Amino acid sequence: MAALRKVLPVQLFSGLRLPWSLRSSSRLLSVGEDESSKFQPPPKPVIVDKTIKSTRRKFLSPEFIPPRDRKDSLKYLIERKDMVARRKLLNIPEFYVGSVLAVTMSDPHASNKVSKFVGICTQRSGTGLGTTFVLRNIIEGQGVEICYDLYSPRIQDIQVLKLEKRLDGNLMYLRDALPEYSTFDFDMKPVPHHVAEEVPVNQLKVKMKPKPWSKRWERPKYKVQGIKFELYLTEEKLKEAMKWDRPWAEFDMLKEYDTTKIEERIWKEINPELDK
Amino acid sequence: MVLFDKQLGGLLLHVGRAMAQRHLSITGSCSAIQKMTRVRVVDNSALGNTAYHRPPRCIHVYNKTGVGKVGDKILLAIKGEKKKALIVGHRMPGPSMTPRFDSNNVVLIEDNGNPTGTRIKIPIPTILRSKEGEYSKVLAIAQRFV
Repeated sequence: MAALRKVLPVQLFSGLRLPWSLRSSSRLLSVGEDESSKFQPPPKPVIVDKTIKSTRRKFLSPEFIPPRDRKDSLKYLIERKDMVARRKLLNIPEFYVGSVLAVTMSDPHASNKVSKFVGICTQRSGTGLGTTFVLRNIIEGQGVEICYDLYSPRIQDIQVLKLEKRLDGNLMYLRDALPEYSTFDFDMKPVPHHVAEEVPVNQLKVKMKPKPWSKRWERPKYKVQGIKFELYLTEEKLKEAMKWDRPWAEFDMLKEYDTTKIEERIWKEINPELDK
Repeated sequence: MVLFDKQLGGLLLHVGRAMAQRHLSITGSCSAIQKMTRVRVVDNSALGNTAYHRPPRCIHVYNKTGVGKVGDKILLAIKGEKKKALIVGHRMPGPSMTPRFDSNNVVLIEDNGNPTGTRIKIPIPTILRSKEGEYSKVLAIAQRFV
């Protein structure tokens, strides 16, 4: 017991995050006690930012939200449990389409059994355990894409090199864009991002290759914002493309899917488990 | 004469624009590599890198399905010759966690499996290593794996 009492004040001093009144009083005390002894330099402050946890943005990864048109089936509950179990082992960071990621994956055929790939996330799809994301990069002038399973046991590490969003939720049009927009250095240094900050949206509009594209990106169903179509298409062509527009679709109440309540429920279910 | 030139120019312009709009390639992605698929030779062999008015085409796939994937051997019609080649990447997505390339890549090989070129600069999928015994010389000239 005596030993414990001895240890306690030491911990208080090193703590630094004491309320002001307590700290000042303890300092006074210490001055009073050690007046006779020699001057001792104060210990170096160890800054522990405990505000991070409280101000961290609430972020629920989109694959937790079940697809629409289904009952709340047991399958999704079980999958969520498995996903949480996997997330406890592997740190899956927050990332978006448009972020630059580095993924390390175990590969029995690669040299030293590990392969690392760096690229821009062009697509996220699927829900539950089968969630995938696509990374794209151009290596030696050759466009390469890899579709990763987010919860695959082969994935060893996911690192976000640059956290940002783009104007679109799907960047598959980078296949038809100039190569400079999907070229990333494998030795890229991670760009620091403060946890409490909002994720920046990159307002970049890409330049495209000449016209035969893999898809008609000007069609309204793709809702592409990141291309200036006026540069590549005549006015007639743009008008022609707008014929496929369905402006009434957003008012279709049968297709409405409000996920706010579901998100809250799942967050309550998952968050305590993840913090354990 | 001037008038004729102008007319001809206009005609050419029209034809060119029409062709650009009509041109829509679907051989690349509709299935992996089958007969008549145009391919890209990625090694540094003289045969694959000199210009010719016709792109190299696959004229046979040496497997039972007739659809060539990574690691399959095909027969090419290249510069008016027949030549065997090994598929080292295609546009069609393969199994998950394997790379998908923006072009249909092949490496020219001799009948005995030795590569014709001496270097491959383009990245090669590591899954080819599972065929190490057969194509070890092709893998030896590859510089980068993905």
